[in-house]
Amino acid sequence: MSADFIAHVGAHVALAGSALVLALAIGIPLAGMAADRPLPRGLLLALAGGFRVIPSLAILTLALPLLGLGFRPALLALVVLALPPILVNTDVGLRAVPRATLEAARGTGMTERQIGTRVRWPLALPVVAVGVRTAAVEVIASATLAAFIGGGGLGDYIVGGLQTANLPELVLGAVSVAALALLADAALGYAQRRLAV
Amino acid sequence: MGVRYANASVPAVHDVDLAIEAGQFAVLLGPSGCGKSTLLRTINRLVEPTSGTLLIDGGDVRERDATELRRGIGYVIQAVGLFPHYTVAQNVGVVPKLLGWEQVRIDARVDELLRLIRLDPARYRDRKPRELSGGEAQRVGVARALAAQPRVLLMDEPFAAVDAIVRASLQDEIARVHRELGTTIVFVTHDVDEALRLADRIVVMNAGHVVQTGPPAEILEHPADDFVRDLVGVDAETRRLALERPLIER
Repeated sequence: MSADFIAHVGAHVALAGSALVLALAIGIPLAGMAADRPLPRGLLLALAGGFRVIPSLAILTLALPLLGLGFRPALLALVVLALPPILVNTDVGLRAVPRATLEAARGTGMTERQIGTRVRWPLALPVVAVGVRTAAVEVIASATLAAFIGGGGLGDYIVGGLQTANLPELVLGAVSVAALALLADAALGYAQRRLAV
Repeated sequence: MGVRYANASVPAVHDVDLAIEAGQFAVLLGPSGCGKSTLLRTINRLVEPTSGTLLIDGGDVRERDATELRRGIGYVIQAVGLFPHYTVAQNVGVVPKLLGWEQVRIDARVDELLRLIRLDPARYRDRKPRELSGGEAQRVGVARALAAQPRVLLMDEPFAAVDAIVRASLQDEIARVHRELGTTIVFVTHDVDEALRLADRIVVMNAGHVVQTGPPAEILEHPADDFVRDLVGVDAETRRLALERPLIER
């Protein structure tokens, strides 16, 4: 395995991984704060719906004049892509916790914080995990697009292979991305089953 | 005392002047929507009175921290509300843990309580709520409420969701627990027979206020008005006869 290939895998994982971590850091607290507030929640879910229909390539193109070429616009596009499943699943997970369970928690004398950390979030977590898994797979697959604006990663092989009509190079890129996505899906699927009640 | 919810045109509870004695088994009885659950929930401050005061042992509950107050009051609801991600033992041990008991003391207390509600600790301690029947789950709910030796136990239609046979056995259990522990119990139900069976004192409610209070026999023999007469119904005579037999034999 050439050093070049390993560098490309590394760049791809770094890009997708940063996008996912950033989307988690933004999406989970945001959805958590909005879950019980009708207006912010409505706005947030509308935003998630909006993000979902914008093509990643369009965001890349729009980000170009602002953020230039390379890693940063690619990261932005991928965060936008990863946010909807994280926002929606966090919201669904938190709101699916039965009222009776929360009422019982309040009745036992838990503080609001304890209800959150001991009851509500642990019960929401398996559903949140499904969103993280969806987001991870989408981000790994779409990180390929970064190559169009010099963001690097395995997309370089696909773009390069297309431009020079080099089929083996193109296939190498495509298969590697697919393998990476499947690997992440399997790993997160395992984690998700461990979390299930 | 009264409670008016925001946006409500009529108060949910009004002009309630009620004293429940320590050690009593008091049953709040009335049709759905009469305010009995709201009244119950003012005791542990899940609902705040909008007028008047509520005293426990002479102290205004509003002067106490709500979470600290609730840790000293057992609370059992119809939907049980066991924590699905906790084992039976963890559920029962929730309040002792909040109170900072040492784990060995919690474990001992959990086993003691499981035996009290007649579930074998060895078999049930590590089960998850989904592995329990409805009746077993409600027994665990009762054990959880009793865990930190509360002086008051609040029960909101606790046995309404289980079938008649299980309900009868749960009623026997709670009557026995009350006799053994002497805990003050405030119990909400719309089931007249359940009220007559369990109560030392029945508090009949309608449309947000107390219509009559008294021991079961008195409610049956001297209903205060037509509402109470209709509630205890045409079977009042048979129900009165049933009262004459001690609970343990029924």
